[in-house]
Amino acid sequence: MTSHTGSMYCPTAFSSYEHIVLAHGGGGRAMHRLIDGLFARVLSCPDLDTEHDGALLDLAGPIAVTTDAFTVRPLFFPGGDIGRLAVCGTVNDIAMCGARPRHLAAAFVLEEGLALSDLESIVRSMATAAREAGVSVVTGDTKVVERGKGDGVYITTTGLGTRIVPRRVGPRAVRAGDSVLVSGPVGDHGMAVLSVREGLEHETPLQSDVAPVVHSVAALLEADIEVRFLRDPTRGGLASALCELASASGLGISLREHDIPIRSQVADACELLGLDPLYVASEGRFLSVVAAADAERALIVLRQHGCPQAARIGEILASGPGRVILTNAIGGGRVLDMLSGEQLPRIC
Amino acid sequence: MKYVEPFREPERVRRAAATLAATCTRPWKIMEVCGGQTHAIARYAIDDLLPDSLKLVHGPGCPVCVTPVEVIAHAQLLSLKPDVTLCTFGDMLRVPGPGGDLVAVRARGADVRLVLSPLDAVEIARANPERQVVFFAVGFETTAPSSALSVELARRLELSNYSLLVAHVRVAPAMELLLSAPDNEVQGFLAAGHVCTIEGTSEYPALAARYRVPIVVTGFEPLDILLGVREVVRQLEAGQADVTNRYERAVKPDGNPLARAMVDRVFEVADVAWRGLGPVKRGGLKLRRELADFDATRVHGPIAAPMPEPTACRAAEVLRGRLEPIECQAFGRQCTPETPLGAPMVSTEGACAAYFRFRPGAARAGGRPARAVADRTGLDLAGKAR
Repeated sequence: MTSHTGSMYCPTAFSSYEHIVLAHGGGGRAMHRLIDGLFARVLSCPDLDTEHDGALLDLAGPIAVTTDAFTVRPLFFPGGDIGRLAVCGTVNDIAMCGARPRHLAAAFVLEEGLALSDLESIVRSMATAAREAGVSVVTGDTKVVERGKGDGVYITTTGLGTRIVPRRVGPRAVRAGDSVLVSGPVGDHGMAVLSVREGLEHETPLQSDVAPVVHSVAALLEADIEVRFLRDPTRGGLASALCELASASGLGISLREHDIPIRSQVADACELLGLDPLYVASEGRFLSVVAAADAERALIVLRQHGCPQAARIGEILASGPGRVILTNAIGGGRVLDMLSGEQLPRIC
Repeated sequence: MKYVEPFREPERVRRAAATLAATCTRPWKIMEVCGGQTHAIARYAIDDLLPDSLKLVHGPGCPVCVTPVEVIAHAQLLSLKPDVTLCTFGDMLRVPGPGGDLVAVRARGADVRLVLSPLDAVEIARANPERQVVFFAVGFETTAPSSALSVELARRLELSNYSLLVAHVRVAPAMELLLSAPDNEVQGFLAAGHVCTIEGTSEYPALAARYRVPIVVTGFEPLDILLGVREVVRQLEAGQADVTNRYERAVKPDGNPLARAMVDRVFEVADVAWRGLGPVKRGGLKLRRELADFDATRVHGPIAAPMPEPTACRAAEVLRGRLEPIECQAFGRQCTPETPLGAPMVSTEGACAAYFRFRPGAARAGGRPARAVADRTGLDLAGKAR
């Protein structure tokens, strides 16, 4: 976060504008007041040095790195906002590599006219989520686009983390007979966002599940459980994540529908709109594949570390390579396939 | 969910399947009219629970699938006008027309918006008086009341920038068209529960009597469908052809009179073309003459002449129950949800999409769906490894 706070510092308060103006991205005083008065103040940490173009860090390898861009409409939704999403999404991706996230870089594309109070809420939310995840935001960038050229704010975050265990966690490590676990109910985030976007009211309001899962993942890995694969079921939901695993591993997956935790209000909302909750995004859940012998112990560890509704939902099979088969309660089997395009609400 | 979960209970479903099997002594062919039922059948693998001699065939009950291609083309052309905002339900966005689907047209600059209700389109018109807002009004009797309500609301708000591109269709005349075909093989119907919540059952007794077919109003959960099939089979075995309501928790005999009255105030019955079926006498709705100001084809110009459907697509036969989706050569090859040739592969209620989504193993292997899934996956129907 480059800034120059010299003796010519303008006494005009950070809040002299109530909305983002093009000057906030122009490299002049307005931009520096935004950086110093908001980003640096709220995201303050020892490694954040606004006088440099980047951060100098002291990380011992092996290292995991990931980057992700975040857009969401509306910017604020029940249970979270784009700031919390931008931190959790990236730290969770680091966790899915079997690593503990340490630092984040954040780039903001702001739309002219965005209320500064909204931006401050978003940045504060990022700071809270970063504290929960145990990471610091060490560098960043800000750009402003003209009104009408953005959706208020886009955020890109890059994460750096250190591997918790030396072995690789990924599709190639998965073996036939392994157990498939999910850390909690799926689909909360996607249905919460969709409901508020479409103005749908429910008897029980839907809340996004957006949260860092890093501590649960670390507990699992540090408990000496043979974790073969980790994946957060974000876009495309649980079904797409497992289809990708089946395809990449060349193995089959058998799931039991009635073992997959889904909140009743999420199931009801999906029913109403004609959506399949298995394809709806979660932002605070993760799938893990563990050796069958460790499955029960893994569930105990997860339930003790922030995932009280963790469940064993299926098994990896040697047969049916590349396929995910869901068995429903009445004994019927259906193939789960990758989502084609986006899920769209039905007519009736 | 008290209206849903009891109708998914495994034990009740198994019992219903067992009594159905005991009832069925001869081969029968029954059509489920509604695409929602087709999807439920595929999703829950209900056809695996049926006796071998019983065949369920899929009907034309997908409103997106039966919308003629020239109407879709017209919607696309309207949406490309610089002052027009086209609003429609999600299902319509991905149906291919001459200019690709509406998603592609939107990417080229058209103002196309997904709405969950035509009332949202009225609100868009109210908030944007400088734009002409057209609601692409698709659907059976189920959605016609909300389209009618939107016109009444727009009239009350004195909006001059709101109109409907009407593609509403009526189910009973299409059922009659299928029954009257000389080579008809359908011996009984599962009538569409959602349609009957509005229309009731008054149109069916004459149909059942004239063509000697049982018609059973049926819901959308596994138990609903099995009980509906069982009732049709019971009547067939007994030589009866009555109308029975097995969706009592949602359907009253006279439907929803308020909704019907509203539809009557705004629309009148018309002879319209169905994609796949051709002209259907009294098969659709059009705006009443005095509401011509709300008719997009009058405000913005008439619809183009009928257009040919893609030659490789056999959707018309699928919609008539003559062909199973997996029997189509294009299915799962040239025609997939990513590259659909016909509407039944696109819509959430389309038969081809149901097969592709829930039974892709079957599709690619050929043969009876469940068996093919088992063959390809090594799973039996209970999901156990063989």
